[in-house]
Amino acid sequence: MTTDLKQDLRQGMAAAWPICLGYAPIGMAFGVIARQAGLTPLEIGLMSALVFAGSAQFIAVSMIASGAAALSIVVTTFIVNLRHLLMSSALSLFVKNEKKGRLALFAYGVTDESFAVNFSKYRETFWNTNRSLTVNHAANLAWIASTVAGGYGGQYIPPGAFGTDYALIAMFICLLVFQLNGARYVLAALMAAALSVGLAMMMPGNLHIVLASVLAAAAGVIFRRKLS
Amino acid sequence: MTNQDYLLLLLGMALVTYLPRWLPLAFLSRRTLPPVVAEWLDLIPAAILSALLAPILLTSGADRHLTFLRPELWVALPTFLFALKTRSLGGTVVVGMALFWLAGKLL
Repeated sequence: MTTDLKQDLRQGMAAAWPICLGYAPIGMAFGVIARQAGLTPLEIGLMSALVFAGSAQFIAVSMIASGAAALSIVVTTFIVNLRHLLMSSALSLFVKNEKKGRLALFAYGVTDESFAVNFSKYRETFWNTNRSLTVNHAANLAWIASTVAGGYGGQYIPPGAFGTDYALIAMFICLLVFQLNGARYVLAALMAAALSVGLAMMMPGNLHIVLASVLAAAAGVIFRRKLS
Repeated sequence: MTNQDYLLLLLGMALVTYLPRWLPLAFLSRRTLPPVVAEWLDLIPAAILSALLAPILLTSGADRHLTFLRPELWVALPTFLFALKTRSLGGTVVVGMALFWLAGKLL
């Protein structure tokens, strides 16, 4: 292994471990719920490996438990995960001239968390695809392992123990802080928060997240162009 | 649900999850985006994380009514300050969990 690659792996792991830490309790909780819905640990691991999308998996499992049709589960998954279209678009700013195969591999690991970590790393420091792929796949392995572990023995851990319910929220808070690098980002975030809450109250489902982000970012661009 | 049905379901879910993740990377990274689009995409991360977070902190119940009383919200304030001060993702996750756990014990 070259020293460059070693360095990339080390930097990638240093950026990834907090994501893995946050995934552990959430993944275990998912495993427990999926088990109660009748899935075996193997089926749980397969879903985590093939889909790799936390909130969509929680929703899918509750739909399976209530006997929903496969097509409606797939459509719901699509809508819940549509926000990744925006994330991959934003990440595309940084991966110019990358090989198609590596981009295809990178795409597999684009989640809310890896996206936010990689995006701020690309902006702030030297960051390359080896490092971002390390982040994505370390997070992926942690997710698969913790969901399967939850499927095996998660019921012995009381739900919410040690504040684990807050792991994802704390992660989002810090990832948001990483993005607030100036007045226009703060403004976009505030507008997105207000829009998202407003839309969430008015409409069921998860489209409020995508709608609020698209509109708030657009408003941010318009304000900036008007002012300058 | 049979094994085969379950596998088909997973493949469907995998496909509709993967395509939105892959299409922009495959096609947008090959071209130079107009400045206004790049500027818009630059604001997307701040907007999307805030859009994910705000309803969790500020709404409650199946009807998602507005509330300022959730412990999630009040724990978010010191957690936010800690993140701002340290910029440590691991530290913030640990501190946020500890504060939420404490809040659960005290309230």
